[in-house]
Amino acid sequence: MARTLLSIYPDSAGRYDEMLAAGGAVRPHWQAFFSHLDAASPEQMRARLAFVQRRIQENGVTYNVYADPKGTDRPWELDPLPLIIPADEWRQLAAAVAQRATLLNAVLADLYGPQDLLASGLLPPALVYGHGGFLWPCRQVRQPGDTFLHFYAVDLARSPDGRWWAIADRTQAPSGAGYSLENRLIVSRVFPDLFRDLKVEHLAGFFRSVQESLAHYAPDSGEGGEPPLIVLLTPGPYNETYFEHAYLARYLGFPLVEGPDLTVRGETVFLKTLTGLKRVHAILRRQDDDFCDPLELRGDSALGVPGLLQAVRAGRVLVANALGSGVVESGALPGFLPAICERLLGEPLQMPSVATWWCGEAPALKYTSEHLDQLVIKAAFPGRRFDPIFGADLKGAQREQLLARLQAEPQAYVAQELVQLSQAPTWSRSHERRLLARPAGLRVYAVATPQGYRVMPGGLARVAGGAGARVISMQRGGASKDAWVLSDEPVSTFSLLKPSIGARDVVRGGRSLSSRVVENLFWLGRYSERCDHTSRFLRVALTRLIDAGGEPGPELFAALAVGEAMGLLPPRDEAGEQAAARPPALPPTLAERLTRAVFDDAWDTGLAAGLKRLQWSATQVRERLSMDHWHAINRLNHDMQASKESRPEPGETLACLDQALLSCASLAGFTMDNMTRDDGWRFHVVGRRLERLHFLASAIAGFLALEGKDRSQGQGGLEWLLELADSTITYRSRYLSQPELLPVIDLLVLDEDNPHSVAFQAQVVGRYLGRLQQSLGGGAGEAGAPFTDDLELLLARLRSVDLSRFQGDVCGDCIGCNACEDLAAVLWALAAAVRELSDRLAMRYFTHVGDVSHQTVAA
Amino acid sequence: MPLHDPVPAPEAPLAAAYRITHATEYRYGAPVALSQQLLHLTPRPLPWQTVREHRLEVEPLPSLRLERWDAFGNPVTQLAFDGPHDSLTVRAETEIEVLPRFAGELPPGQPWEGWRQALVYRGALPPPAELLEAVQFAFPSPFVSLGPAFAAYAAPSFTPGRGLLAAARDLMGRIHAEFEFDPQATSVATPVAEVLARKRGVCQDFAHLMLACLRSLGLPARYVSGYLLTEPPPGSPRLIGADASHAWVSLFCPGLGWVDLDPTNDLIPDSRHITLAWGRDFGDVSPMRGVILGGGAHELEVAVTVLPLV
Repeated sequence: MARTLLSIYPDSAGRYDEMLAAGGAVRPHWQAFFSHLDAASPEQMRARLAFVQRRIQENGVTYNVYADPKGTDRPWELDPLPLIIPADEWRQLAAAVAQRATLLNAVLADLYGPQDLLASGLLPPALVYGHGGFLWPCRQVRQPGDTFLHFYAVDLARSPDGRWWAIADRTQAPSGAGYSLENRLIVSRVFPDLFRDLKVEHLAGFFRSVQESLAHYAPDSGEGGEPPLIVLLTPGPYNETYFEHAYLARYLGFPLVEGPDLTVRGETVFLKTLTGLKRVHAILRRQDDDFCDPLELRGDSALGVPGLLQAVRAGRVLVANALGSGVVESGALPGFLPAICERLLGEPLQMPSVATWWCGEAPALKYTSEHLDQLVIKAAFPGRRFDPIFGADLKGAQREQLLARLQAEPQAYVAQELVQLSQAPTWSRSHERRLLARPAGLRVYAVATPQGYRVMPGGLARVAGGAGARVISMQRGGASKDAWVLSDEPVSTFSLLKPSIGARDVVRGGRSLSSRVVENLFWLGRYSERCDHTSRFLRVALTRLIDAGGEPGPELFAALAVGEAMGLLPPRDEAGEQAAARPPALPPTLAERLTRAVFDDAWDTGLAAGLKRLQWSATQVRERLSMDHWHAINRLNHDMQASKESRPEPGETLACLDQALLSCASLAGFTMDNMTRDDGWRFHVVGRRLERLHFLASAIAGFLALEGKDRSQGQGGLEWLLELADSTITYRSRYLSQPELLPVIDLLVLDEDNPHSVAFQAQVVGRYLGRLQQSLGGGAGEAGAPFTDDLELLLARLRSVDLSRFQGDVCGDCIGCNACEDLAAVLWALAAAVRELSDRLAMRYFTHVGDVSHQTVAA
Repeated sequence: MPLHDPVPAPEAPLAAAYRITHATEYRYGAPVALSQQLLHLTPRPLPWQTVREHRLEVEPLPSLRLERWDAFGNPVTQLAFDGPHDSLTVRAETEIEVLPRFAGELPPGQPWEGWRQALVYRGALPPPAELLEAVQFAFPSPFVSLGPAFAAYAAPSFTPGRGLLAAARDLMGRIHAEFEFDPQATSVATPVAEVLARKRGVCQDFAHLMLACLRSLGLPARYVSGYLLTEPPPGSPRLIGADASHAWVSLFCPGLGWVDLDPTNDLIPDSRHITLAWGRDFGDVSPMRGVILGGGAHELEVAVTVLPLV
């Protein structure tokens, strides 16, 4: 046994240490965990860290989820050691958080109602009217149960004497609860025995309260026996915590919607779904309130739902948190809370706030100016671009400048006492076996229920990146932790998640499918298929190039001609980043062009660009994909990116394409095996089939349209076509001979049992669209014709093709036979019909993305 | 907004009655699928202003029409249109009586610094009601940003110890003299800092600028939307539709209450000014603010007529 982990654990140096008591002994509630750690081998810990990393990467846990690998998304950092809080300490903490939530709710009810706090002088008017979060149009708007604050979070820190202090309140749209769920799922699997033996409180009960309470407060819920429709409103995938929105939506079973998915008719909010408008009873919003209604709030935003505030005013919808609740998110408010608590709740405030001076009061300004060295200066109101300034950091002119700023606009600033954060052990990634001590903070959540606020047993713990850090910031190398609240009673093991990851997640029956989700499922299908056939084409070309020793041989001619015509290969005269260093006179080699088609995402019809789109559309419907499905898509992109950065040789590129095709096959497997058969799935399959139909029809038509002599370069000219349509095995098993034109055309075009034939796709699309039109109504397209009319017509023409016209040894002798031209014409027409059909489906069923609301003003 | 500098009628009648027509017409390039509109076109009832008759005609027929009071106490009408339409016409017809607000010359007021000092928060003592009423309008708002540049512009008028109203009237006079009326210079979205820099704009801009100056000094003031009885050019008859909506400011003066100031015309509004609504700035009381889905490019025509009734 190596030396104990304690021997090199740093001294707390005036901080409270979460794990060690003052004498250096391990605190009782840490003993079991510490012994376990101390006994673990370095290999075990390495495996645990690797497990954490893998889960985070595969789950795609990020701040900013936009799928561009060069983009700003940041993998979530998670330290495997939880922050442990004993049961009796937690009881006090939870009671204090619940009280604070109750108090802030009462403050909101007063500010948007009678404003007694202003009339009595308990709150300076500047903190209300000078706060951008005080929304005038929300005055006198009544909330069900007088509840404004449904979901509340507070950032806590522990001072050297062991007391918890409130640092900041989150009342607008608190983030992080989803991340803490994710942390819990990972960390409880890293230490499953400890998690069970220590009787850690589960989180699921809290989230069930979220569901039940929203349903309780939602107006007219249960009308006509229908359960209320509750949606989660997100500003969209560009938001830094979009991952969490999608995660929570999936966990809570609420449709994830963006502003344009909702519409107000009369004074009622509806969700635009595939089957028409569905009444929305409650909105859990993650969008800032001033962006929620361009009619009455900020007019310069297209994100919101025009008319939403009137729907709230009329009591037709619940918006949680209430519009306007951001006004109590203020650095200046905490200083006034003790007196307000006495007034509104008739009891003392249980948890102190960190000492705060609002500079708008003359004595506070004076104190701040005189004690600048011991204070942090912050903006009094959120939304101001002002980073906290540590007074002690400022010297000379800088100091004078800050003082002048405070004098000029004192009400905009607060001074806060420096908090000496407690420290918690974290596991070092750079040492073999070492515990580090890092400043820690805890965000705790509460939900309003008819019985009062319920506090989530646990929270989002965060640690700073360095030992001496004064602020904890995930942007500056910090990490998160799970928080374990120990129970002295048996814990409830109720779970909202079903136990296994399987065919459970894509679309749960009975949920409302928004038009936007369906559109993205459709495009997910198209892009999956597109990546598959792009990879297949590039593999066909690259294999032959390598086999021929790097020089394109004659058997490649037809494939390249078809590929170029379809835009699958970059043109000869521009080579992108690869050839930037080459003299411009030298055209790129074929190998370079193929490499570019695989890896260069600036080449719009290449594989890399296709994968980006695939991941993008998957991101948009992430809450509907199974974890495995989502992992597969992430891994595909991750592998591609890794290969690209290693500047691969053609052989490696080929291996990469093999890998891509394998991933595409598993995506297709998820489609068939893991997705519930609802209308969203049908659109997804139609997307796949349409894409494949378009590809096969264009490729085969392109091939047939080549001059006979150009394509009849021996049998090689037909083998690649079979490979492109993934039908080589079938062909061989049927004919046991070299490919010939007639049987190839039969297999790839006409055979309605071959899942890679043209006729098969057309037939399946027709069948599914028929089902969709039946279930969704609107059987007629714009011109009154069913969507599939053109397709049926063309399929009939395929069925009547006279195969005997393709008889003959080698094509190329068939001067004047026109059979190939005739068939090519039908196939071109099919490809054109696919493009038109896709547009018509978008018109009829999907959100018109280009059609956004805008503001008009007349004076 | 008017296309020319509105010239007020030369003399304020002791009491007056007007018939006001305010017609707004949108013609859309493509059909509008959904539209919601918020109207501040109904005059606010006031001690000095009695609405005898008021009618709002809307074409096409809205799917929702409701009347309510906004957070500032102004009457507001909310409309929604669910069916596709190519145009929207709203015609407000009002017959109204207006009395003079103040008898005789207004006093210069107490020194302005004293009032500013009175507004500073002084701990948990109940503040006087008039202070609570006024302080709501002492802060920046979406169209009125504050800053040292505005305070500096106002400084020559707000000399130490000067009476609040006297200083504000001086500021109003300077804005009138130093700024040029120019409808081409600004749009609804022009920031007030740019108005200060370029020294041109329309009545809305001058009102916002004066608010920025007053509030930057810590003095509560609000935005007033309304109409003005104008003088037809000499020798020509009063033209129908030639008027426009108007805007001015209102400053809270202890002892007097809210006193209106019209920086576009350098005068204290009287019975020639008809009040529609007030708020923190134009955004709170835009005569017609809406959100439409579809519509393409649109044309907008506004015609206002203020006709004195004899």
